[in-house]
Amino acid sequence: MKRGPSAFNIASVVLGLAFLYAPIVILVIYSFNASRLVTVWGGFSTRWYTALFQDAQMLDAVWVTLRVGVLSATLATVLGTLAAVALVRGGFRGRTALAGGIYATLVMPEVILGLSLLLLFVAAGLPRGFWTVTLSHATLTLAYATVVVQARLATFDRHLEEAAQDLGCPPWKAFALVTLPGIAPAVAAAWMLAFTLSLDDLVIASFTSGPGATTLPMRLYSQVRLGVDPKINAVSTLLIGLVATGVIAAYLVQQRRRSTR
Amino acid sequence: MRAGKSAPAAILPFLWLALFFAFPFILVAKLSLSETALAMPPYAPRLDWSQGLAGLKAFFTALDGETYGRLTKDSLYLAAYLSSLRIAATGTGLLLLIGYPIAYGISRCPPSVRQALVMAVILPFWTSFLIRIYAWIAILKPAGILNAALATLGLPPVDILNTETAVILGLVYAYLPFMVLPLYAMLERQDESLIEAAQDLGATPLKAFWQVTFPLSIPGAAAGALLCFIPMAGEFVIPDLLGGSDTLMLGKVIWTEFFANRDWPAASAVAIVLLATLVVPILLFERQQAKVLS
Repeated sequence: MKRGPSAFNIASVVLGLAFLYAPIVILVIYSFNASRLVTVWGGFSTRWYTALFQDAQMLDAVWVTLRVGVLSATLATVLGTLAAVALVRGGFRGRTALAGGIYATLVMPEVILGLSLLLLFVAAGLPRGFWTVTLSHATLTLAYATVVVQARLATFDRHLEEAAQDLGCPPWKAFALVTLPGIAPAVAAAWMLAFTLSLDDLVIASFTSGPGATTLPMRLYSQVRLGVDPKINAVSTLLIGLVATGVIAAYLVQQRRRSTR
Repeated sequence: MRAGKSAPAAILPFLWLALFFAFPFILVAKLSLSETALAMPPYAPRLDWSQGLAGLKAFFTALDGETYGRLTKDSLYLAAYLSSLRIAATGTGLLLLIGYPIAYGISRCPPSVRQALVMAVILPFWTSFLIRIYAWIAILKPAGILNAALATLGLPPVDILNTETAVILGLVYAYLPFMVLPLYAMLERQDESLIEAAQDLGATPLKAFWQVTFPLSIPGAAAGALLCFIPMAGEFVIPDLLGGSDTLMLGKVIWTEFFANRDWPAASAVAIVLLATLVVPILLFERQQAKVLS
């Protein structure tokens, strides 16, 4: 028998969530404020959204960010899935080193990661821009993708894949046909997480980007430093809406799948 | 068991991390021993392969610890170092205090509600970090939402934007999910019958919590604390946007040395010092994770 939550339990959860969501809600509300001032409600308006869609620099940055995100998330998911397979199944030398590298990337301060990657690109003579940001983001998000896939793979029944191999299926094919479909939701979640982290990153992009590859966080950061601009609220609201829709949809799909099982 | 079967899968991620994660640290260490120069890239010495072994020798003899010497002479660096650790430690302590009741509250809810609540804790993490910190500027600034709310309540205004208080608030806000989730994972797994046994033996609910639930949740608290402390010590965005010019943190120092002063060796040396400080917490975190994995 599980005892129910006490009043104190409920209060802490409610207050905690209020703390997490209040700034986001405020941001969304004020993106529709006709007034430029945050504390003055000047009536409902979509003028900041109109202004946003006329800001060519901002739209340019969105486009760069999306391309970097898709490419780096795909790279990170492939590498992360491979790393997760290696970590969960073990049986090779250097497993500790691989795990160590993954967990170290997870907690490494971004300034250090950004600086070290930049020095690598300078030493290699690579011009900084779109590709260097993409490679850097793949490195940053690889660890997150690994952790997500690894959690699912750890509970996946390996005997299915072994049975396929016993029936004469080559190992890579057994993995692709048996295990991969089984862990597909986790792989998709890993991709989403990697994509979101890439969309969001300011520090590493600032170090490793070059002319012509200004990402949205870099653009936002330079605007934020100049002061509060309602256009930023508008672009934030769009981003929040996009991500929330994606995450909630993924959650509902998973719930339905679980209940039909 | 087919031992060794996973080795091919390890090769690519292994090489990737070796090239993009491990190797660059050698470059950072090397650069921290170099000097600034008016060139592009702005440091010397540069390895000259055309001279063969002589070039290599000249390169190594030109490296020295002068940049580190500079760091010890300017008290700004020491102050930034100490306040980074202080701010990260304060933030971690507050996160434990705030995160624990939330994680515990979620773990006491019925399973169907728990899932949705965990989701609700994760969701803000999926929205832009930069934007969430930006939202706090609008709340905390002198003519902001917080002071407007305080005024309607008849309370005096507070001016905390651009102070250390605002930085700690921002850190606690941004890292809260990273504290709640490992704690919750530990609490949720706990065997309810242990509590019942304690209560059957006459323990009050509070005593049962302190003597059974709490000690069993310490690994989760440790994981959460490390997961928050390490990146917070090198945080840049939060101290930059919410802190004032007197809020010194190493992440900000590295950024300023690199972008504003174009002093790459100094930025590298500060990065090495920060890294050296974080090595022990990082190793602890890895041991913790390895335990969870096995």
